[in-house]
Amino acid sequence: MSADGNGPNLLEVRGLTKIFGTLKACDSVDLTIRKGEIHALLGENGAGKSTLVKMLFGSLEPYSGEIRWNGAPVRIGSPSVAKKLGIGMVFQHFSLFEALTAAENIALSLDDQTPISTIAAKAQALSYSYGLPLDPYSLVGDLSVGERQRIEIIRCLLQKPELIILDEPTSVLTPQEADKLFETLERLRAEGKSILYISHRLEEVKRMCDAATVMRHGKVVGHCNPRQETAASLARMMVGNEVEAVVRAPMEGIEKAPALLEIRHLSRKPATPFSIPLRDINLDVRAGEVIGIAGVAGNGQGEFFEAVSGEVTQQDAGSIRIRGKDAGRLGITGRRLLGAAFVPEERLGHGAAPRMKLSENLLLSRHATDGKAFVGAGGIVKTGAIEAASQRIVEVMDVRKSARDPEAAALSGGNLQKFIVGRELDRKPTVMLVNQPTWGVDAGAAAKIRQSLIELARSGSAILVISQDLDELFEISDAIAVMHNGSLSPPLPRAEATFEKIGLLMGGAEPGHADHALETV
Amino acid sequence: MEIAVNILLTIATAATPLLIAAMGELVVERSGVLNLGVEGMMIMGAVGGFGAGYLTGSPWIGLLVAVAMGAVFSLLFAFMTLTLATNQVATGLSLTLLGLGLSGMMGTSFVGQPGERLPNLDIPGLTSIPVVGKLFFGQDPVFYISIALTIAVAWFLFRTRTGLTLRSIGDSHTSAHALGIPVLRYRYLAVVFGGACAGLAGGQLSLVYTPQWVENMSAGRGWIALALVVFASWRPWRVLGGAYIFGAVWIGQLHAQAFGIPVPSQLLSSLPYLATVVVLVLISRNKRLTMMNTPASLGQPFVPDR
Repeated sequence: MSADGNGPNLLEVRGLTKIFGTLKACDSVDLTIRKGEIHALLGENGAGKSTLVKMLFGSLEPYSGEIRWNGAPVRIGSPSVAKKLGIGMVFQHFSLFEALTAAENIALSLDDQTPISTIAAKAQALSYSYGLPLDPYSLVGDLSVGERQRIEIIRCLLQKPELIILDEPTSVLTPQEADKLFETLERLRAEGKSILYISHRLEEVKRMCDAATVMRHGKVVGHCNPRQETAASLARMMVGNEVEAVVRAPMEGIEKAPALLEIRHLSRKPATPFSIPLRDINLDVRAGEVIGIAGVAGNGQGEFFEAVSGEVTQQDAGSIRIRGKDAGRLGITGRRLLGAAFVPEERLGHGAAPRMKLSENLLLSRHATDGKAFVGAGGIVKTGAIEAASQRIVEVMDVRKSARDPEAAALSGGNLQKFIVGRELDRKPTVMLVNQPTWGVDAGAAAKIRQSLIELARSGSAILVISQDLDELFEISDAIAVMHNGSLSPPLPRAEATFEKIGLLMGGAEPGHADHALETV
Repeated sequence: MEIAVNILLTIATAATPLLIAAMGELVVERSGVLNLGVEGMMIMGAVGGFGAGYLTGSPWIGLLVAVAMGAVFSLLFAFMTLTLATNQVATGLSLTLLGLGLSGMMGTSFVGQPGERLPNLDIPGLTSIPVVGKLFFGQDPVFYISIALTIAVAWFLFRTRTGLTLRSIGDSHTSAHALGIPVLRYRYLAVVFGGACAGLAGGQLSLVYTPQWVENMSAGRGWIALALVVFASWRPWRVLGGAYIFGAVWIGQLHAQAFGIPVPSQLLSSLPYLATVVVLVLISRNKRLTMMNTPASLGQPFVPDR
């Protein structure tokens, strides 16, 4: 242990193990958190971080191992036990109720019978004192992701916890919102609270955290002081080996290339009261370039994907043009036949049918575009040809699997994503739209996917990538546009884009005013 | 005047079983469970209530047995869909089929027997007031229970913490579970409450409305109650309104048929359904309000991970 805080131990975990089926999600994990420290829990997706904290919060029951709180062994059987001990949690996927107000949401996690109006007043006072303003009577469904996180944090603080667990808190925030969060955390530390901070963003861990525990494949692989490490050395601990850097050669003469995907005055009314309308979106994606769309989750990216992919068609045929042809009224298959390919955000259930084999999933997305190759006379499926194509994709994308042609659900998230992206790349599409290409994918697989997207662009296709991961967009994009509340900013060329500018646009600054706002921040 | 009062009284009697069954189902659906077995629980309440009343001679015991019958029958549904996490639609449908069949079998010896009827309220001095007296102080006890039930459910759901918790489970059972709310316990209680209400509604049919046992005497009222809940966008007072519109048009078309109005009787018989749907659709035009009141996790099985 190299934590430089010298407070007594608040929480000690010894040999904690959790088994799901045959998978050891946590394998004999040790963790010590001192009073008044910010302790980072590092690891890739699927390393077991979330499982570990769910056991600390009582949502999951450990298989074996011991938890000590202030030196005494405790059994945390349910979240209410954790709350009584003084453990609070801010969930990664918020545990909020959209149809209820902020105050009602807060009331639900407090066990006493305090009237809602009192809770609302307390929550508001607390939120202002931490500089996280919050209207307690607004409906959660109407709030942005950043505001929703405030509710979670305020709800957690109202329980007066000694230990606050934050699960990937900044993955949904703009850089500026994240800075605000760091101020709050530092203030909490100064008040003597302990924080367990889960992240895979190494820079913020180095900046804030006093100690770190690194996990890989369910095991703790090291404890360290992040201030004495480099981002590269932390990454090595997390991943276990070096990750190949993505190479993006600059592209000459893009502005002269023809636009393969043209979006003109694309608007869409909200389908449900809590969804975002699209407001007059215009964008050209030219042959050879990758355009990234940044934005905080829930600002219309899902609606935009549906509109461009043809899951929802438009009234105006000219609002979407693919390779110069009007495609607004065409459905997915019609747009695919024009040479477009789409990879949705949700892998299981949207990108792939979980209980069908990989080869069957291949046929599902390409039965029309590759009809001649995959379907014979009389509509008989050519199993051999499909399996061969499926194996080809597996080899090109380095998909690791246990059987020859397993069900989609049997693959890990990263490997399935490689297959789904590979399935579309295999067609050499001229236009490709990908939503969250590497969400929840380990670093090695992410690098592979990003590199192949860049290569497809350089071979003359137009690529549009929607992502909430700014690092990813800066790595692969030739220009970055920002989606905020259903509007899309004009794309900023990569050379002009900075984290600060993009962050301001993500927070809702007017395009063109972002530069000005930067000076006044 | 006398005729008008009598028509109003028959409307109330026709609306009451719908109101009670729908109010129970509203609580069930607000907790996120879709129980399509209302018709089955209702008919079980009807046969149980009639049988107990007939055998003991006390319609009050009959009413209690009707409630218990619906509650016990709903436990079967709760065990299947909550503990075993079966498909709620399929389980609910089979509960209805089972209830219709089982009640027919249980009731063979009751067919044609004269039943017991719950007496109407009679308060000396009040009930005899012209017009108002009969309407407010001279109806059957189940009518008063149905009104009290509506007030109680509306108050419970929107004014108590427990009601808020129940609604939150209907909105997102995963969030509720993450906060440590015992999702399945709440849902069990809600389903059993809904079953008791459906049983009570059935008891009203065989102990008040037509005090005798006829096979299939619920005659689709359970389905109407289910539809009322949806069209009333899960709000108690709208359910009351819907039940009374249905009852009014139902009685109205019966009178129209009796007068021999030259309109096909099939068309007249379909009027109550049409009118109720049209009115409730018109008042739920506010999409946002409807979405807010729709339990988002309705019908989804929940298996807590431990």
